[in-house]
Amino acid sequence: MNNEQLKEKILSLDPSLNISEGPQYLTLSVTPEKLHNTALLLKNTSELSFDYLFCLTGNDLADACEVVYHLESTKHAHAIVLKAKTANRENALLPTVTDIWATADFHEREVYDLVGITFTNHPDMRRIFLDEEDWVGYPLRKDYTDNNIVTR
Amino acid sequence: MEEFITNSKGKQEEEYIVNMGPQHPSTHGVLRLKISLKGETVERIEPHCGYIHRGIEKMCERLTYQQIIHLTDRMDYLSAHINNEAVCLLVEDALQIEVPERVKYIRTILDELTRLASHQLWWCAFGMDLGALTTYFYGLRDREHILDIFEETTGARLLQSFNVPGGFMNDIHPNFIKRVKDFIVYFRKKLPEYDELLTGNVIMKERTNDIGILSLEDAISYGVTGPSGRGSGFACDVRKHHPYSAYDKVEFREVLYTKGDSFHRYKARVEEMWESMKIIEQLIDNIPEGDYAVKMKPIIKLPEGEYYQRVEAARGEFGVYVLSTGEKYPYRIKFRSPNFSNLSAINKIAAGFKIADLVAIGGSLDLVIPDIDR
Repeated sequence: MNNEQLKEKILSLDPSLNISEGPQYLTLSVTPEKLHNTALLLKNTSELSFDYLFCLTGNDLADACEVVYHLESTKHAHAIVLKAKTANRENALLPTVTDIWATADFHEREVYDLVGITFTNHPDMRRIFLDEEDWVGYPLRKDYTDNNIVTR
Repeated sequence: MEEFITNSKGKQEEEYIVNMGPQHPSTHGVLRLKISLKGETVERIEPHCGYIHRGIEKMCERLTYQQIIHLTDRMDYLSAHINNEAVCLLVEDALQIEVPERVKYIRTILDELTRLASHQLWWCAFGMDLGALTTYFYGLRDREHILDIFEETTGARLLQSFNVPGGFMNDIHPNFIKRVKDFIVYFRKKLPEYDELLTGNVIMKERTNDIGILSLEDAISYGVTGPSGRGSGFACDVRKHHPYSAYDKVEFREVLYTKGDSFHRYKARVEEMWESMKIIEQLIDNIPEGDYAVKMKPIIKLPEGEYYQRVEAARGEFGVYVLSTGEKYPYRIKFRSPNFSNLSAINKIAAGFKIADLVAIGGSLDLVIPDIDR
């Protein structure tokens, strides 16, 4: 499906969704409450079948944290970007999608480790790179600082 | 940590924890696998990453796009040229710069040479993992020819950083075309030796056939790409499905195997070497004349927005995501490294097999650890 048909199809399934057209991919923005259901919808609808999560990114924005999911369908060869913003930065929470795409397991642990977004219902929510016991803070947060950081 | 199970004779067996790595030769780097065993059978594998985590993504937030290219080398150092290209393509796309045809052709040739060199090193190390030391000398002998070609043209053997946004640092060396052609003639004779030496070997077959099976559904779900994913039948070749540079101008086959065991992952890689040579042969005689780079402004600022670029590195899909606020530094840059996703499936692949098979499984996945840790 091309982006136009994709947009129509998704809106026909759930008219309340917010879709915008980016330069490369369609972007679907959802609230944390709707994230898991929308992800299930994208994966399980046979005309969409977004079964391949090829990138999962955590961003620290000024007022909230955001996770960007790049999805592709191996069957229909179309792609989409799913985005979810957390309610705030202090207690950044999002539901996990590990049960939908297994690759999210490690990627969400990385996001938790570096950006500090906690994924609820994740089977193993621990830091993946840094030391679980004595590392303070989340390095990819914009206000993160330590003694060794080089600033210009 | 201690769990007890009862075996068939009614005796209690203890779950046994073994650490493989971080200093184990067959993990090919600083990776620690915490393995739970019952007898000799692997129950569960828990990878512990981060021993060489350098925070490349954080560093990049303070670097210009030209500087970032040099750090992408340090992730998957065996796909250095391909990783460089991903950042360059992203910048060129964002600024809507059309690079000369000459650049596209040479990039594609260098990509494939990189892939060949990487697969050669994988092949010789894989043989060594299984106890065939001879393969190491065969593989490195042939890889040396490619590294010499790289050295002559780019000035570096391993981490080239030859790509810059808009093209290359320099034009290719006058010897380049002749040496690449000589190499292809040479390697077409040598590659059958790989099959003679290892592919048909009885020990090799016994140790890889039906060992470490990854189904197609799992390969897609875990995002296992590259030859490892294609060994399971996952058609994930970015060169084929989202062509970049000159890949839309060449004929080549996307190598797909179906069984998803270690042997088919092995076959996919060996087969890919033939395809790489085919691609180089189609391009090497037709490199167009012209400039080797577009003149770029010294300070590159990407317009506000999000960008994503996918390329096919030697081990799978490599992606760069950039969130730009219009500054000369990216606000956020994320590297989707193939090895990180490939590693995440190791528990799925190896659970239920013997611990001795884990070495063969790890070898068939071809992990590069700096690419996992970034």
